[in-house]
Amino acid sequence: MTDSVPHAPAGASDAEAAEGRVYTVSGEDWDELVAAANEARDFQSGERIVVNMGPQHPSTHGVLRLVLTLEGETVVEVRPAIGYLHTGIEKNMEYRTWTQGVTFCTRADYLMPLFNETAYCLAVERLLGIEDRIPERAQIIRVLVMELNRVTSHLGGIAPMGLELGASTIYTQGARLRERALDLLELITGLRMNHAYIRPGGVAQDLPPGALEGIRAFMDTAPRLLQDLHTLIDANPVFIGRNKGIAYLDLQACMALGVTGPILRSTGLPWDLRKSQPYCGYESYDFDVPVNDMCDAYGRYLIRMAEIEQSLKIARQCVDRIAARGAPGPSADPVMIRDAKIGWPAQLSLGPDGLGPSPEHIAHIMGQSMEALIHHFKLITEGFRVPAGQAYAAVESPRGELAAHVVSDGGTRPYRVHLRDPSFHHLQSVAAMCEGGMVADLIPAIASLDPVMGGVDR
Amino acid sequence: MSGPAGPEETHGSEAPQGPRAGSGQQAEPPAAGASPAEADGDLPARLGEERLNAPVVRMGLFGVQGTPDTSGYGLLRVHRAAPIDSPRPYGSYFDELADALGSGLQAAGLGFSDAIERVVVDRGELTLHVRRERLTEVAVKLRDDPALRFELFSGVSGVHYLEDTGRELHAVYHLLSITHNRRVRLEVSVPDADPHIPSLTGVYPSSNWHERETWDFFGIIFDGHPALTRIEMPDDWRGHPQRKDYPLGGIPVEYRGAKIPPPEERRHYS
Repeated sequence: MTDSVPHAPAGASDAEAAEGRVYTVSGEDWDELVAAANEARDFQSGERIVVNMGPQHPSTHGVLRLVLTLEGETVVEVRPAIGYLHTGIEKNMEYRTWTQGVTFCTRADYLMPLFNETAYCLAVERLLGIEDRIPERAQIIRVLVMELNRVTSHLGGIAPMGLELGASTIYTQGARLRERALDLLELITGLRMNHAYIRPGGVAQDLPPGALEGIRAFMDTAPRLLQDLHTLIDANPVFIGRNKGIAYLDLQACMALGVTGPILRSTGLPWDLRKSQPYCGYESYDFDVPVNDMCDAYGRYLIRMAEIEQSLKIARQCVDRIAARGAPGPSADPVMIRDAKIGWPAQLSLGPDGLGPSPEHIAHIMGQSMEALIHHFKLITEGFRVPAGQAYAAVESPRGELAAHVVSDGGTRPYRVHLRDPSFHHLQSVAAMCEGGMVADLIPAIASLDPVMGGVDR
Repeated sequence: MSGPAGPEETHGSEAPQGPRAGSGQQAEPPAAGASPAEADGDLPARLGEERLNAPVVRMGLFGVQGTPDTSGYGLLRVHRAAPIDSPRPYGSYFDELADALGSGLQAAGLGFSDAIERVVVDRGELTLHVRRERLTEVAVKLRDDPALRFELFSGVSGVHYLEDTGRELHAVYHLLSITHNRRVRLEVSVPDADPHIPSLTGVYPSSNWHERETWDFFGIIFDGHPALTRIEMPDDWRGHPQRKDYPLGGIPVEYRGAKIPPPEERRHYS
C-alpha cells in the first residue's frame, strides 16, 4: 500500500496508509489546511484529500458535519452528515399527553420554537375538529408571537453569518436588535426560547400588562436598528464579495430538492404559505412577500431583511387589533377554547410563592363547581382524547415549510408525530450548491441556508 | 354512575364536538342549510354516539400493561372506527384530482384501483392508499401530469401500526402542488415481514434523506435507494427506534425521596 502513496511520512500508521492523510478541521486553522492541501497538490498533481469539517466546527451552525473531498482549494464532493443532535423528540412525544407534546416539539428547531408549536397545535386542532372554534384573540396573539419569532430567527441567521465571515460587528449589531425582540417574547411567554406557549385550543396565557406598550416601543426603535444593519452590510464590498453569486440554486433545483422559504423566494417565486394556504387568520393581514431573482446567498440575505420589515408590519397590526379589543378579560375575550373538555382550565398567576394557578380558579373548583373540579382533574391527569385519524398542518416558518404530521389512535397521547423540518430538506442541497466551488465559499453557503440542527435531527 | 352505561358515559363523552370530528369520517362538507337531522347530531345526548357504535378494540384496564399495578380504572372500553373508504363524491378538489390521476394511469395501461387500494377523505385532507408495486408510476403521474403537477415533495414519515396485522408498517408521503396550490397524501402499507417499498429518489430527489430516516427509524427498506444508510442514529445502532415495539428507555428519577418511574412505565389512559 505504501508504494501507491510515495509521500506518506515514514512510519505512517495502517489507517493513513489505507486512507491517505486525515485532516481534522477545528476552526481557525485554514492556513495549515490550505498549506497541507497545496503541499499535496505540489507533490502529486490532482491528488484529492478528504477533510472532515465538524461536527464541532464553529461555522457549521451547531453540530453539522461535512465530509469534504478537496482538490487543492476546490470542493469536489461534499457530503453532509447529520444526527449529532438527535434527541428523540418525536418518540418522546408518543409517551406524553397531547398538551405535553408542545413542550417537546418546541425544542426541535430552537430558533423558531413558536412555529414548531403552531404547526403541531394546528394539526391537533384539525384532528379534534375545533379549527374554527379557536378564539379570535388567541389567533391574533399566535400571529403576533410568531412574527416576533420570525424577527429573532432571521436575525439569528444573519448575525452569525457575519461572524462566520469574520465580521463581528455584524453579529453585535444583529444581536442588539434580536435581544430586544427576545425580551418581548420573554415578557409575553416567560422564556426566551422553548416557550411551550401555544397550546392545542389557544395559547397558554393572555398578554401580560405592559406587553402592548413594550411591543410599541420596540416598533419605534426596531426600524432604526434595522437601518443600521442595512447601512453596515448592504453595500459592504467584503460582504458582497463573499456572498454575491455564491451558493447558486435556481428554481428548478429548489423544486427538485424540496427547498422552500427565503431560498425559494430568492429564485423569484413568491411562494408563501401565509398567502397561499393561510392559517391563524393570516389572510386578514396586510403584508407583502419579498422576492428577488438573485438565487444566491446575497439574495437570501436581502429577503430575510425585507421579511423582518414585513413581520414588524404584521406585528403592528396585531397590536392594534388587540388594543381595539380592550382590556383582557378571561370570560369576555378568552385566549383558550371555551370547551371544558379540551381547554386548559387554569391561567397562571404570580402569587407570593411563585407562579401557580390563579386564586380565582382554585376558589372556583374547590368551592363552587364540582364539574369544574372534575374537568380540571381529568385534563391534568389524563388529558383529552383525540379522535383517530391523521392530519398534516403546515406553516410558513422563517426557514420554509414547517409541518407536523400527527397521527392519533383515539387515545390521550399522540400515536405518531413527525415534524417536516425545512432545514432537513435544505441541507440536502449543499452538494448541489457547493460542489465545484471554493472551500471558503462553503461557509456563506451553509449560512445562507440558515439550518438549525435541532430541527434537522429532532 | 352504575350499570354498563356508566363507563361508556365517562369515557365516551370526551369527544367534545359534533359527529364530524368525533367519528373521524366527515364524508362530505356540510351542505348549505343543514337539515334537521344533522342539527340533531349536535344535541348533547347525541354527542359521540357514532363513535360509541364503532367496534370495541380493547376492554379492561387502562394504563401500563403487564405490571402488578391494578389500581387503575378497570372497565374501560376503547372504541375505534373501522378503516374509512370514502365514497364519491369526495368534495373539494379531490374528485378532479382523482379523475386526472385515473385518466393518467389509464393512459399507462393501469386501472385506478390497480394502483390505488383505497381513497380516504378525512378532515379536509385526501389520502390515497397506493399499492407498493405501483408507487413509482403514481408518483410520476402526480409529478408530471399537467392537471396534477405535484412538484414539491414534502417528505415521507413512517407509522408503525402494531395491531394492523399484515400491514404493520406504513410510509406516508406528502406532496404539494405549487401550480395548483393543492396537497395530497400517499400512504403505502407493507407487512413487517417484508418491509420493501420502491424508492422515490428517481422521481423526487429530495426523498433521499427522508427515506434514509424512515429506514433508520422504522426499518422500511426502500428498494433502489442509492445509499440506504442510517442518518440520525449511529451507524452501528441496532434496531429501529421509532417502532412501537422498541422501548423508549429511561431510568427512574428520585425526587425528595419519591421515585418517579420513566415515562414508558408511568400510568397512561389510552
